[in-house]
Amino acid sequence: MNHETHPASTVTFVKKKLEGYRLSRRELLSKGLGLGSSFLVGSGFIAASSATWAMEVKSLSPEVMATLVQMARDVYPHDRFGDELYALAVKGHDDKASEDAEFKAMLEAGVESLDTQARAQGHANYLSVGWESDRVALLKSMEQSEFFQTIRGGLVVGLYNQEAVWKLLGYEGSSFEKGGYLDRGFDDVNWL
Amino acid sequence: MTAPFELKDDSVVVIIGTGAGGGTLANELAQKGIDVVALEAGGRHLPPDYINDEWASFGQLAWTDMRTTSGSWRVAKDFANLPAWIVKAVGGSTVHWAGASLRIQDHEFRAQSEYGNVDGANLLDWPLTLQDLEPYYDKAENKLGVTRTNGIPGLPGNNNFKIMKAGADKLGYKNCHTGRMAINSEPRDGRASCRQLGFCFQGCKMGAKWSSAYTEIPQGEATGHLEVRPNAHVQMIEHDSDGKVSAVVYVDGDGNQQRQSARAVCVAGNSIESPRMLLNSASSMFPDGLANSSGQVGRNYMRHMTGSVYASFENPVHMYRGTTMAGIITDESRHDPARGFVGGFEMETLSIGVPFMAAFINPGAWGREFAATMDMYENLAGMWIVGEDMPQESNRITLSEEKDQHGMPAANVHFDDHPNDVAMRNYAYQQGKALYDSVGATQTHPTPPYPSTHNLGTNRMSANASDGVVNSFGQSHDISNLFISDGSQFTTGAAENPTLTIVTLAIRQADHIAELMTSKAI
Repeated sequence: MNHETHPASTVTFVKKKLEGYRLSRRELLSKGLGLGSSFLVGSGFIAASSATWAMEVKSLSPEVMATLVQMARDVYPHDRFGDELYALAVKGHDDKASEDAEFKAMLEAGVESLDTQARAQGHANYLSVGWESDRVALLKSMEQSEFFQTIRGGLVVGLYNQEAVWKLLGYEGSSFEKGGYLDRGFDDVNWL
Repeated sequence: MTAPFELKDDSVVVIIGTGAGGGTLANELAQKGIDVVALEAGGRHLPPDYINDEWASFGQLAWTDMRTTSGSWRVAKDFANLPAWIVKAVGGSTVHWAGASLRIQDHEFRAQSEYGNVDGANLLDWPLTLQDLEPYYDKAENKLGVTRTNGIPGLPGNNNFKIMKAGADKLGYKNCHTGRMAINSEPRDGRASCRQLGFCFQGCKMGAKWSSAYTEIPQGEATGHLEVRPNAHVQMIEHDSDGKVSAVVYVDGDGNQQRQSARAVCVAGNSIESPRMLLNSASSMFPDGLANSSGQVGRNYMRHMTGSVYASFENPVHMYRGTTMAGIITDESRHDPARGFVGGFEMETLSIGVPFMAAFINPGAWGREFAATMDMYENLAGMWIVGEDMPQESNRITLSEEKDQHGMPAANVHFDDHPNDVAMRNYAYQQGKALYDSVGATQTHPTPPYPSTHNLGTNRMSANASDGVVNSFGQSHDISNLFISDGSQFTTGAAENPTLTIVTLAIRQADHIAELMTSKAI
């Protein structure tokens, strides 16, 4: 498998178990603020509240990034997928925002619009809307926007082109280096 | 042994494109000792280079130069700049084809006579018959090493096939097997046998599947009579004061414009690029483009009635293990208007990996329903339905407002389904669903057509010059030394995957061109 060909898998910013951060959950909590129930944000990073992973953010604010991660899960909700897979799936937007001010502004305006709608319904922001169905209703109302379509379209590749996602979905991918599937179950269905 | 020919050498036959049509024609002519320059827009990629990863391979092989779309087909909305999924590389789309090698049926060559008048359809009989083509089909099947011909055994069936076969038996279909495939079931012609890699669409790393990239092209080059120029992007075809084509202008890999003189020109750039080149070659003598006195250049664009049916089961299927197109049901390919449409369709297993499933199962969709389907990936079986679509004059390739990277007008692809296409697709979806339901599917998903892989008909052959662009040999009605050598010469689409017929026509055309050259007719 050629890793260079996987944009997502070349990203090493998501550190499961906080490798490279060496922060305990307590330390993390002391450095970050809770956002919604899932995320902690601090200066230049977002992390899982469970402290199982953290990701650096270089251009977008951690709050914006955390919103994108939540939004990614709400757009393609797979309950077996950890948040880090969604974080990886939207990481590219932070990279692009660092090179494209217009793109960055579009993302920020999109998140602001989501938060504004959330506030109109009595929430602090999108991330603090507790139920998926309520967040999805907010997304539905902006389904045709450039912001939504950029995030959704990016996820089709950003999320589903990750090898970790393939494994979770039972897709084994390339077989050439293993001699193909000829001796590895190409005709093993026995339940018919 | 690559033969280098001078740009000013006007004795060479110039072939544009190296796929099923161009690649075969190049080799066939070279074997006869005829000097050929083959201009290929893409680069040269061989099995060791192929990437068994859907998006990475797409980046390596797919034609992604600017194209635009219009019409009511869903592709225009979901993939506005990707009307077709075809290859830009030496070997053309034979690098990524699935290998299904079916002869067009006798009655399908007489679509107008057999189907009668269909409102809105520009049907026409082919100017040749199955009997005319049979000797060439024989040669093509031998060349490609098609399973279930020439004593070549069929391929073993994978999981996706086993489910199709069980359902076919339940439904009473009589003709379900692992296909006539140009994939070696045993070593042949110096190429290995299939190891069921599961990436036929990404280029066969075993070389078990026939592709002109590593068969016709090197065989032709070995004769010393064929020079292939990769990364040669044709802009236009020029003609002399007698109205004969005389040269081909292209941009080479370094971005320099070149002009290759030619004794004859054979256009084989696929049904989108071939008419585009003719239209982009308009001159004062041919103001509507070359070979276009009929006004049919670019018209009657066909893409086959297609769609897919994916079905979820309680247990794993792992449909992606093994050949992409692992089996076929041919029962529905007959012409039987009692079903509510003319023409017929084939049912062929198909699998795509997680990355492409996400892109194609329901483009634009999101939310729990979409995710639930993806969550079932491991338990999905799938089939492609591929049938005859109606030629319509208004479905056509025109020159777009957009330009390509070299400043030439890009192609716009306009397509609307004909009511016959819609009726056939809906029937085929129902049959696909019934098949999977009969073996315990828990859910089935009618899946819309992908960007077109079978692009046909835009320079069609006709008996009368007023009805089409070329004669039964692919020779222009208007310009005797200009030939069309790809699927754009198809008069109608038929139900079958087109590659075998494109190869067959190219073998026949090579004989004809050689005769014309011998008799100094061209």
